[in-house]
Amino acid sequence: MTLLEIRDLHVGVDSREIIRGLDLMVNAGEVHAIMGPNGSGKSTLSHVIAGKPGYEVTGGQILFRGEDLLEMEPNERAAKGVFLAFQYPVEIPGVTTMNFLRTALNAQRKARGRGEFSTPEFLKKVREVAESLNIPRDMLKRGVNVGFSGGEKKRNEILQMALFEPSLCILDEIDSGLDIDALRIVASGINGLRSPERAMIVITHYQRLLHYIVPDYVHVMSKGRVVKSGGKELALELEACGYGQFETAA
Amino acid sequence: MKQVLAKADAGCATSNFLAAALGRLPGAGLVPHIRARAFEAYERAGLPHRRMEVWRYTDLRALIGEVLPLAPRPDAAALARAKASVRRVAVDQAVKLVLVDGIFAPELSDLGELENELHVQSLRELLENSATGAMAGLVLSTTDDAVISLNAAMASDGLVISIAEGNTIRRPIQIVQVATGSSVSAFTRSYLQLDKGAHATVVQSFISAEGASGYQANDVLIALAGDEASLSHIRVAADAADAVNISSGIIAVGTKAKLDLFSMTCSGSINRYQGFVTLGGEESKLSANGVNLIKDKLHADTTIVVDHAVPHCTSRQKFRAVVDDCGRSVFQGRIVVRPVAQKTDASLSTRALLLSDQAEADNKPQLEISADDVTCGHGATSGALDGNLVFYLRARGLSEKDAQMLLIKAFIGESIEEIFADNLRDFVTAQAEHWLQERQ
Ligand SMILES: Nc1ncnc2c1ncn2[C@@H]1O[C@H](COP(=O)(O)OP(=O)(O)OP(=O)(O)O)[C@@H](O)[C@H]1O
Ligand SMILES: [Mg+2]
Repeated sequence: MTLLEIRDLHVGVDSREIIRGLDLMVNAGEVHAIMGPNGSGKSTLSHVIAGKPGYEVTGGQILFRGEDLLEMEPNERAAKGVFLAFQYPVEIPGVTTMNFLRTALNAQRKARGRGEFSTPEFLKKVREVAESLNIPRDMLKRGVNVGFSGGEKKRNEILQMALFEPSLCILDEIDSGLDIDALRIVASGINGLRSPERAMIVITHYQRLLHYIVPDYVHVMSKGRVVKSGGKELALELEACGYGQFETAA
Repeated sequence: MKQVLAKADAGCATSNFLAAALGRLPGAGLVPHIRARAFEAYERAGLPHRRMEVWRYTDLRALIGEVLPLAPRPDAAALARAKASVRRVAVDQAVKLVLVDGIFAPELSDLGELENELHVQSLRELLENSATGAMAGLVLSTTDDAVISLNAAMASDGLVISIAEGNTIRRPIQIVQVATGSSVSAFTRSYLQLDKGAHATVVQSFISAEGASGYQANDVLIALAGDEASLSHIRVAADAADAVNISSGIIAVGTKAKLDLFSMTCSGSINRYQGFVTLGGEESKLSANGVNLIKDKLHADTTIVVDHAVPHCTSRQKFRAVVDDCGRSVFQGRIVVRPVAQKTDASLSTRALLLSDQAEADNKPQLEISADDVTCGHGATSGALDGNLVFYLRARGLSEKDAQMLLIKAFIGESIEEIFADNLRDFVTAQAEHWLQERQ
């Protein structure tokens, strides 16, 4: 089943075109890796899918399970199952991680027509997932991402992904800032969420992550377009030769 | 029949204003004389205006122009309306003392339940019957601020509360001030004395009864926290949307005593809370905090003057304002450190969150330090909600309004969390949440 279908997408910021005719099809159960040089528009694409304001879609469309995603509020997209693990997760002082997780989870469950979790159910679930990601309990009592290290912030993103059970996960450089052990823990957390109903888009600069999370497809993005698609071996090729060959192709 | 009280008219018309009210104001012996002197002081200065440093952002001459006539004594119908509104703001477990249109209403108050250590008398009773000249002078004392002088001249009632040495009053004392009238003024003045080692919490709530509008409230609280005493004072102003509320606190803190102040304004048209705190005993501590929740055209001003008069005192201040619509927030925090006040430790943080393009905030911290061995710091910011934070929350399933609400709660929580007692923190939080819900 096709989860995400992007056709001839054009996106601009302040009248500068950043996504310039991008196509992408993602089916349930698949893992797609997107690689590409800095500034090629990878994060922009992920933001547009998640619904961040400030981008102007000047052409094309994004369908999620056949529905027009661009017509939906960001929270509706989240409730439908779109999840973005941010390249730069923000800090929210004064809102404890626990309170945030509970508020967000219940908002999504409500929108999906499911009942709220009871407190014990919720606590049990959070603690289980936190433990599997090596997230200490006292971190959950702190403000969202406040004073978290780069790696801790990334683990917190995966914690949310595991709790919200989305059907499309977009992971924007989830490997940046992770040490070797953390990379393994986070990758195994992500792999644990792979399922025939769920698709993932993994944005990364490094083959190392794809060694753990083996993709079905690899796409090269350059100057706002997908300029080449292939299997997992394309990532190895990129690692060896760089992006030089595609820069001109775009 | 409104009386214009600008300085230019400070002649016959204004004296008539006092004369017209004097017959209804309590006070025997020296009291009428004290009132007349206070009124003269007010007349000389007139209503405060922007050319006066402490009133720079709240030009009463321009904003209110005139002082409205004294409210009539509340009748049975007014008391019934007041009673209905008092219920909505009652603090759990508190001893309620209710003033309606500036007059103490024993029938709405919890006088029967007073703890023995708590001595309560109405100002009217004190001035009519028992005050010595010195006591009357103290209770009706003035500063060089014209609104305080006017209040001394016109105060119709209030509460005089004292707690003797070493006593702790466990239940909060809640003074509820209700306005029931329209286009009238209420002048109230309360006096609070905590002797050595006494502990108490006093909540002051300003509210309006159904149908009250366009009134003016002028309140003064004089408080003395004796040596080793601790006083927690919370003021919440939730006046009618077109009402004016000018409240002044004059508080002296003794050696090793502790004062916790919290002021919240969540409705009204013009609101000013001015607190003048003197840390007059060594090792005394002040924690002054507050939140102003501003929408529509509300102009809310919090002005705090802390006088570090002796060495080794600490003051901490944290104020937050949320400003929506065409609202205007003013925060002035003046910290004076006298030459003798070495080892003073003072800090002040004030932040405003602007929710609309027309919203305005003036933050003015002002440090006047005359001692050299001190630690003083201040920070002031104002700005909009961070769009990246709002988006992060929306991407996690919160609606835009809910995302904003969560962030606003966190923002004001920085100040509200300074309230020590759970039940009072909950009381303030509930009122703030009510404001947030209404905004939705
Ligand atoms: N809000 C914005 N305003 C102006 N320019 C923007 C904005 N967002 C993105 N851009 C520009 O769009 C281009 C693509 O940025 P984007 O963050 O999508 O790149 P990226 O592929 O994720 O890069 P990286 O690998 O460094 O994360 C860049 O040139 C960037 O400067
Ligand atoms: Mg990026």
